[in-house]
Amino acid sequence: MPHDHPHAHNKPLSDVELRVKALESVLSDKGLIDPEAIDLIVETYETKIGPRNGARVVAKAWCDPAYKDRLLTDATAAISELGFSGVQGEDMVVVENTETVHNIVVCTLCSCYPWPTLGLPPVWYRAAPYRAKVVKDPRGVLEEFGVTLPEDTEIRVWDSNAELRYLVLPKRPAGTDGLTEEQLSELVTRDAMIGTDVLAAR
Amino acid sequence: MNDQIKGSDLKHTPHLPHDEGGPVFNAPWEAKAFAITVDLHKRGVFDWSEWCDTLADEIRSAQAAGDPDLGDTYYAHWLNALETLITAKKVSTAESLLAAKDDWRAADEHRGFGEAPVFVKGAAQPGA
Repeated sequence: MPHDHPHAHNKPLSDVELRVKALESVLSDKGLIDPEAIDLIVETYETKIGPRNGARVVAKAWCDPAYKDRLLTDATAAISELGFSGVQGEDMVVVENTETVHNIVVCTLCSCYPWPTLGLPPVWYRAAPYRAKVVKDPRGVLEEFGVTLPEDTEIRVWDSNAELRYLVLPKRPAGTDGLTEEQLSELVTRDAMIGTDVLAAR
Repeated sequence: MNDQIKGSDLKHTPHLPHDEGGPVFNAPWEAKAFAITVDLHKRGVFDWSEWCDTLADEIRSAQAAGDPDLGDTYYAHWLNALETLITAKKVSTAESLLAAKDDWRAADEHRGFGEAPVFVKGAAQPGA
């Protein structure tokens, strides 16, 4: 874990650290950023927003058919019903996994990602091998994540962009009939909502 | 928590970096560069689509220059793109950013043991 507390020896700041500090000084001098707002954003993304927001959306859709309809029709509105909305004002689209269709999400250009529901993207999502390979060989990528789908399952790959972000609505795992919405949300993994995981039966 | 990748499977895949569902930033500077970008956007300095275009360009040219782009250099690209967009938007100049960076380096070199560097504008200028 990186840590901030001072040591008896000084480690010189790295080039990138100096550049970020320079940006911070220049931009706050001009009143274009507020250092307190910066700290708040860091804290929010590091600790508060994570895949749990998305998991709550998924669990609610599993339990409430009317909500699921709204989610699949107008995901941006349905997700903001739960208090989650995009910092960039982008639109959300939710794609549903079924017996015959599996969805998987990528951003081939950079790493557009639904931050308000999933937090920040994992390293592999940002990496070129995933971005390039998932389009050409989604089944191979799924195998690498330990997921094997039936031969006849159709795999749909969704390419995110600056205006549109996708979230996968995974299939509700078998054997979860008696669980509450909250318990269900605990079962939903981040990767299942990107489409690189399927939720195992309980 | 159920938020873990099947790590054993992934370890056999040399080109697919993965995490353990842990922190998404590797160092504090990455978080700060991210937050500065979000704050500038919120204040209307640039559209998010402009930002995405700039970042995508940066990643493309890094790849063209031989970066395997495995996700570990992502925030280096992010920082380059942020500097590019800020200067393109004439919010600041490359010279001003460089001068502030030199001042920070001077502050860093002059800090006492265990103390935080104290930024003095112009400290790195000759005769200052």
